[in-house]
Amino acid sequence: MDDPLVIAGQKFTSRLIMGTGGAPSLEVLGQALDASGTELTTVAMRRVDPAARGSVFEVLRARGIRPLPNTAGCHTAGEAVLTAKMAREALGTDWVKLEVIADERTLLPDPIELLDAAELLVADGFTVLPYTNDDPILARRLEQAGCAAVMPLGAPIGSGLGVRNPHNIELIVGAAAVPVVLDAGIGTASDAAVAMELGCDAVLLATAVTRAQRPDLMAAAMRDAVRAGRLAYLAGRVPRRRYAQASTAPPSH
Amino acid sequence: MNVIINGRVRQLAHGATVAQAVMAVTTTTCGVAAALNDEVVSRAAWDATRIAEGDRVEVLTAVQGG
Repeated sequence: MDDPLVIAGQKFTSRLIMGTGGAPSLEVLGQALDASGTELTTVAMRRVDPAARGSVFEVLRARGIRPLPNTAGCHTAGEAVLTAKMAREALGTDWVKLEVIADERTLLPDPIELLDAAELLVADGFTVLPYTNDDPILARRLEQAGCAAVMPLGAPIGSGLGVRNPHNIELIVGAAAVPVVLDAGIGTASDAAVAMELGCDAVLLATAVTRAQRPDLMAAAMRDAVRAGRLAYLAGRVPRRRYAQASTAPPSH
Repeated sequence: MNVIINGRVRQLAHGATVAQAVMAVTTTTCGVAAALNDEVVSRAAWDATRIAEGDRVEVLTAVQGG
């Protein structure tokens, strides 16, 4: 079935966006990315390390995976805008996963700084994919600011708690005219399937795969869960009923 | 002269350029971006952009994250 994910006019066959944080090595990361089938994967921007061996950018480039630089670690709109501009220069892409974090304990987005940064980056020609709270009104404001997608969290980054407020995610999906990407909080395959069944257009995850006992196996599980959840959403689930409904016609005698 | 490259004070010759500051911390320029006092300097301008005493240069690259 031809059912591409389309973000800012760019088509993707896979609806699984991967992160790269937490993998024990670039080799393990590469195996996981291969198994995931992802076509879009996040990287962070940091000071060069003269002792570093290999490069995550090369791991992506060798596989034809589009890099999605993020602004992880930024606490203000100003920091995020500078980081996005550095990423555009270093990686040759104007796509950015916009993260503006309020504090280290929760890693929750700072909505005021986030919206401010989104407006500045859109005005500068960036394709902005903001990591946001599961707040339908903030999602709407980000879309109105010109973001190419909205990426509400299922639960805090790295928590593996799944989709804690499915009702809000449904409200965001129901109102958004841009793709909705469930970002953060996925712990295992069923969480990813739930996100897709709620109508999200894609799932972005890292920790659930990179810190799994077998990252390559979990990556394959996520690939299949995202597909299964998408198909179930498109198929339209049966209504929930209080009592049984026979699936076999009663005997006629 | 003293300049601060990636948070560390380093000695560079007077009239040094952003390109020389980048080379002080990395041998590869692929996938690398540089900023001078919080303003991005495009790669094409590295050779022509001179830095001054006390300037801050940031040299970033992509790493695992997100």
